[in-house]
Amino acid sequence: MSLDLPLIFAILMGASILAYVVLDGYDLGVGMLMPAASDAEQDVMAASIGPFWDANQTWLVLGVGILLIAFPTAHGYILGALYLPVAAMLTGLMLRGVSFELRMKAVGWHAELWNWLFWFGSFLASFAQGFMLGRYLTAFQPGWNYLLFSLLVGAALCGGYVLLGATWLILRTQGPLQAKAMGWTKWGLLWVALGVALVSLGTPVVSEQVYARWFDFPQTLALMVLPAASVVSWLWVWRSLGRSDWKPFAGAVAIFVLAFLGLAYSVFPYVVIGWLTLWEAAAHPSALSVTLIGVAIVLPFLIGYTVFAYRVFSGKAKAGLYGK
Amino acid sequence: MDAGDALLLARAQFGLNIAFHILFPTISIALAWYLIAFRVRYARTGDAGDLATYRLWVKIFALTFAIGVVSGITMSFQFGTNWPGYMEQVGNIAGPLLGYEVLTAFFLEATFLGVMLFGMNRVSTRVHMVSAVMVAVGTTLSAFWILALSSWMQTPAGHVMDGDALIAGDWLEVIFNPSFPYRFTHMMLASGLTASFLVAGLSAWRLLQAAADAGALRTLRAAAVAAAVLAPLQVVVGDLHGLNTLEHQPAKIAAIEAAWKTQQGTPLVLFAIPNELAGRNDFAIEVPKLASLVLKHDFDAEIQGLEDFMPDIPPVAPVFFAFRIMVGVAVLMLALAWFGAWRLRRPAPPRWLLWAFAGMTFSGWIATLAGWIVTEIGRQPWLVTGILRTTDALGRVPEAALGASLAGYVFVYSVMLLAYIVVLTHLAREGARP
Repeated sequence: MSLDLPLIFAILMGASILAYVVLDGYDLGVGMLMPAASDAEQDVMAASIGPFWDANQTWLVLGVGILLIAFPTAHGYILGALYLPVAAMLTGLMLRGVSFELRMKAVGWHAELWNWLFWFGSFLASFAQGFMLGRYLTAFQPGWNYLLFSLLVGAALCGGYVLLGATWLILRTQGPLQAKAMGWTKWGLLWVALGVALVSLGTPVVSEQVYARWFDFPQTLALMVLPAASVVSWLWVWRSLGRSDWKPFAGAVAIFVLAFLGLAYSVFPYVVIGWLTLWEAAAHPSALSVTLIGVAIVLPFLIGYTVFAYRVFSGKAKAGLYGK
Repeated sequence: MDAGDALLLARAQFGLNIAFHILFPTISIALAWYLIAFRVRYARTGDAGDLATYRLWVKIFALTFAIGVVSGITMSFQFGTNWPGYMEQVGNIAGPLLGYEVLTAFFLEATFLGVMLFGMNRVSTRVHMVSAVMVAVGTTLSAFWILALSSWMQTPAGHVMDGDALIAGDWLEVIFNPSFPYRFTHMMLASGLTASFLVAGLSAWRLLQAAADAGALRTLRAAAVAAAVLAPLQVVVGDLHGLNTLEHQPAKIAAIEAAWKTQQGTPLVLFAIPNELAGRNDFAIEVPKLASLVLKHDFDAEIQGLEDFMPDIPPVAPVFFAFRIMVGVAVLMLALAWFGAWRLRRPAPPRWLLWAFAGMTFSGWIATLAGWIVTEIGRQPWLVTGILRTTDALGRVPEAALGASLAGYVFVYSVMLLAYIVVLTHLAREGARP
């Protein structure tokens, strides 16, 4: 076989991570927005993500799984370097997972506690993911400037998830909650714009690799398509508020896809920047090909039943335990 | 700090995570099949009480599943962070097995769980029942793949060396390695028993509050009968599993029996304090020749003692005691299941019997954890028997980071476990409400 297996797996891994960020991003965003809503609205918000959040998280397991299977050396290195933020993210995901189930079953101050933990877990997981991205982009270098940069990316990603969550609520709710979600979307948009601007200004300072990639003259012009398209998506989200239920969410997803492509371009062909390329880090071809067979067989079914589940739950969300 | 501390911390952390995690799949694997039974029953009768029973248990399942998922995500990260040497050495075998678990099981169960939980009024009865079946198939497939990997680490087969690392020579041999059929069956039965005692125990708890709850009594009866059928099967499979271990991992059996010397007519040690420094048992109570009979079905057969495997022997005391805890709890479960199934055929169960079932609600957890301790500590000092030592797989994460995150995990797990048990007993006390 002359397939470039490491490249195929890098693309699969990227696709899983993108799917994770968009899918779990909206439910993490909804989690972070909880405190801004009334008790009754919180139940509707929870109901809007209820059928999906378990499966959404599975994309993270797949992304990390592919890193483990296809690039085992990089898996150990990256996750070792990110040990504490990974632990923080996992703690956040665990807290919110268990809180999501318990907030529906508890009463009184217990319910309040689980609500608060659901918010906190969502926030902690989101922030930790952004922080990890920042550390990854700066090749895990020590120093306060790199740390500051990573904190900035953490904050920016929270804004991005809030944007996804708010536009998801526009799509899935109606009435006063939907109107509130439009307001949240505007805040999310401003937050994202500020975050992206600061991160873009910071990147040349903290990463030569990324800087060289983007400001190498003739390519720069062609590359400007990505930021330009992001600006267009940003404006599109703002303009379609109140005019369409689905366009704001689609626009928010577009912003994430574009940002992801930009990051992928910044990093390629490295798995660990400046040290390991994806071909150097790849596992044995026998392990890759046997996994690829599984992917090829399972992926159509997976996409099929995922689409099925989203169709079953299309339309506006209603409050109530398990949609009763 | 020396390398020993880091090894201990890494093992403590991984052991804590894996032990916490396995509690929840152990329930959800078999509870998923219980849910199908409850769902089918409601579809047949259309009775509001049956619907309420289904709804009660689907709530408990959802909570169990959620904790299983989130603690499982932790596992997928810790393979690499705590044991990078593991992935470097055997990643070409472990990776694809884990990959197949994610691909064939995780998405299936998580997606159809959404439909099962939230879709009862949105899809037809048939589609809803198919969703319940898909969830159960997913949980079982997940157990299949992870036990294939776990068994391969115990009794590796089907691999070849390629440079410094292993690759698979024959995937069917890797998956269906010598101990896999026994381990998989043993774990599925353990799940069945754990779920049965949970269902029986919580139903008994409900009956102690409201003796007239006919639905709870019916559920208790069904679970007791299921346990009475599964328990003797588990005894047979456990014995076969032990014989398989004797063939492939004799050092583990020697540790289970605390048999230090190789001899004919090895006694069965009922109780002792294994003295690892002196290589003997203190305060031993023994039945002459019984171990030879149990293991080789012959009073005078020779059993290899730990002395034959020095220095590669597991820590004896934890394996020895965990095995006795597992067997002890199993005997209690068998006795209660049989007596309960017989007595519950008559109306009005006595309160002491209900208390007995309520007290044994989480007995499956204890037996299962003890069993995993036997098999995993019994594998030491190997991570993959004969191929990779646990010491050689250790990563370079600083002790401080390991210690800090360990403390964090202990805290979060304690909160989750406490909340889980409180919520379950609370739901059970309220009972199934139409």
